[in-house]
Amino acid sequence: MGDVTRIIITRLGLGLLTLLVISVLIFGAVELLPGDIAQAVLGQGATEDNLRALRTELGLDRSAPVRYFDWLSGAIVGDFGLSLLTQSSVTDTIAPRFANTLFLAGYAAVIAVPVAIILGVIVALLRNTLFDRVANVATLTSISSPEFFLGYILILYFSVKTGMFPAIAKLSDDLTFFELLERTFLPALTMVLVVVAHMMRMTRAAIINLLASPYIEMARLKGTPAWKVIARHALPNAWAPIINVVALNLAYLITGVVLVEVVFVYPGIGQLLVDAVTKRDFPVVQACCLIFAATFILLNLAADVGAILTNPRLRHPK
Amino acid sequence: MADDKRVLLKIQGLRIEGYSDEKWIEIVHGVDLTLNRGEVLGLIGESGAGKSTIGLAAMGFARDGCRISAGSVEFDGMELTTTAESDRRVLRGSRIAYVAQSAAASFNPAHKLIDQHTEAPVHYRIRKRMESQEDAMELYGRLRLPNPREIGFRYPHQVSGGQLQRAMTAMAMSCRPDLIIFDEPTTALDVTTQIEVLAAIRDIVDQFDTAAIYITHDLAVVAQMADTIKVLLKGDEVEEADTVTMLDSPKEDYTKTLWAVRSFQRPQKSRPADGAVPIVTVDNVDAAYGQTRVLEDVSFDVHAGMTVAVVGESGSGKSTAARCITGLLPPTKGRILFSGEELPANFRARSKDQLRQAQMIYQMADTALNPKVRISDIIGRPAEFYSGLKGAALKTRVDELLDLIELEPSQFYSRFPPELSGGQKQRIGIARALAAEPSFIICDEVTSALDQLVAEGILRLLDRLQDELNLAYMFITHDLATVRSIADEVVVMKEGRVVEMGPKDVMFTPPHHPYTDLLLSSVPEMDPNWLNTVLEERGVDNIGEAART
Repeated sequence: MGDVTRIIITRLGLGLLTLLVISVLIFGAVELLPGDIAQAVLGQGATEDNLRALRTELGLDRSAPVRYFDWLSGAIVGDFGLSLLTQSSVTDTIAPRFANTLFLAGYAAVIAVPVAIILGVIVALLRNTLFDRVANVATLTSISSPEFFLGYILILYFSVKTGMFPAIAKLSDDLTFFELLERTFLPALTMVLVVVAHMMRMTRAAIINLLASPYIEMARLKGTPAWKVIARHALPNAWAPIINVVALNLAYLITGVVLVEVVFVYPGIGQLLVDAVTKRDFPVVQACCLIFAATFILLNLAADVGAILTNPRLRHPK
Repeated sequence: MADDKRVLLKIQGLRIEGYSDEKWIEIVHGVDLTLNRGEVLGLIGESGAGKSTIGLAAMGFARDGCRISAGSVEFDGMELTTTAESDRRVLRGSRIAYVAQSAAASFNPAHKLIDQHTEAPVHYRIRKRMESQEDAMELYGRLRLPNPREIGFRYPHQVSGGQLQRAMTAMAMSCRPDLIIFDEPTTALDVTTQIEVLAAIRDIVDQFDTAAIYITHDLAVVAQMADTIKVLLKGDEVEEADTVTMLDSPKEDYTKTLWAVRSFQRPQKSRPADGAVPIVTVDNVDAAYGQTRVLEDVSFDVHAGMTVAVVGESGSGKSTAARCITGLLPPTKGRILFSGEELPANFRARSKDQLRQAQMIYQMADTALNPKVRISDIIGRPAEFYSGLKGAALKTRVDELLDLIELEPSQFYSRFPPELSGGQKQRIGIARALAAEPSFIICDEVTSALDQLVAEGILRLLDRLQDELNLAYMFITHDLATVRSIADEVVVMKEGRVVEMGPKDVMFTPPHHPYTDLLLSSVPEMDPNWLNTVLEERGVDNIGEAART
């Protein structure tokens, strides 16, 4: 295991380095905005005195590197400063919203990942049949439609016409777990429809790619039934590309949900980010961006580690 | 006769078609074949003869893009061409088993050997998993694999090629089939490993009285294994006879040419005078991949116009030595000299003229030529790069080079590599090396992927070019027949060291270094008793081990 541990530690280190670079970019991007934060908050009509007072209050009179390290050291311990708008802690504002987003993403992933992989295996098994084509066209259609459009279609059929699920995913504290699942079903389903196609097609391609290998022919010549050839002989060697595309889609579920949250009025981090951008609440924007970046890096790291752990050559060195 | 209880497999008028260029083309044209229980039939022929296709058809199996278009395949009274696929599938693994050419590629990298072994018997409910594992260990022991009780719990990449091939034979035996198809099981192995695998396969087939179809292109190998031999050419049967008759008095002309292939022999050139400066000198070279040391204190010379054959098993450091000479792998110690002048270790530091001096020809012409580039550019690029030729002068030079390798310029000038045969591709590889006007060419197993007749053509061409252009060759090979036909000097390598070297006539006359002796005596001969004799001489229990230790 020595090799694997070393590879994982290297990847982890690289991930942290990437995150550090991104934090510089995020901070730098806000710095580059015309005017400064005080100007932005107070607007065109502000007097010099007011501006100076606000700058002192926000610590903007210090140099950029000093403020960056101040911000970064806070971020490391989970303190992103105060919201310009509400003067409350950014961390406290974001935490419940991010938890909601994670819940919705998890809900969608629990449905989407198994469905995509199982469908991918089935279409690989039935490749070039009618079922394969129908599945391909259906998933491609769903991935090609914008999320808000899919969302409204689902609302129209499942909510307006049949009344099976609520159209608005408002949350309150007194909901039981099953009520919660019911309320968030439509946004979760929308996201499932968006991500399934990508993962399914990659699973199909990864498996079909392996079907020409000599060991697959060997399995067939041992009399192994077709489904077992795929499940036992092709799939275990196809994990690396599948895991990668799954991680990419999980990251999308967390960071790409803005439209879905807006359509279903769901209190997630996407809505918060949109609000913060329109209201120029920079500490919130910076924190959201950093969280998104960390999510991406973490999931890609998990994909790398997963790909390593499914490779017998690395798991069992000579 | 079909009602004879001894008949296990009867193929009649078998025709197989392959799909290419959007139409079905017949690749096997009506072959008959009868195999009795417990007998071994050798199928022999060049590539494209349809050997593997017929072997798979005996299992009622056709590869994707192939189909059995006519004829009958009757296995133990069951007609395979008309039964349902599900019924045919049940035979595979249980009553007819298959041993593939490359065990390394045919074992699933994701599963342990023993789990792949037990798959068929457990699936067919012939044995329970634990019984089947016990049986696997027993078979591993019979096939003389080291640590038979443990080796099955390794993954394919943790086991050597020769051991994998034996493990695959054990796997084929797992359900005690009536028939095993061996598809070139030793082609990818070194001669010293091949002999162990051949002996193991023959013993186990004898012990269980299994019938077998043994497919190979190597006559000497099939002579050891088969009771009868059938010769195939381009999907047609040439002739069939029992092994002894076939070897002593082949009837057909084509068979006779196969037998005569190894006749090409070039007169050995005498060594240059002692004071002569060699064109290439490898001087006390050590090399390593990362921490793994692969060359240790390697020294040898190549003189102008001479051929030095470097022989040894895979992993002996032959190709690494070539990489050191070309500067692709800078040695950790020692020097490389060209005509007495020391070269920078790394090819990046060498001048264009130094680079020009040494060229390479590769084993797999298929992968060494870019399939998307025209022949004119493949050969023209080095001519332009090294000699600065352009326009009409460049075209003249390319035509000249094509003439030199005996390919008609007007026909080949603007074609692409995939349109060429294996031998033609290898000729293009040679022309590309010649385009730089080198004085020294490294030939890395250039004939081992080719059929014997084609390979001989390449050897004759290389020989002619050497005489005309005074070229020096470093000829990397594991095939001692090739060494016999073209080498002037021989360098024997083992585990990164030079074991023995000298002029060819001296090297091929006893006494030898024990390792050279092992290599030489492991080359199969056309005598059906050769394997028995060698095994007896070495003592059956320590095949190949005696001289290794």
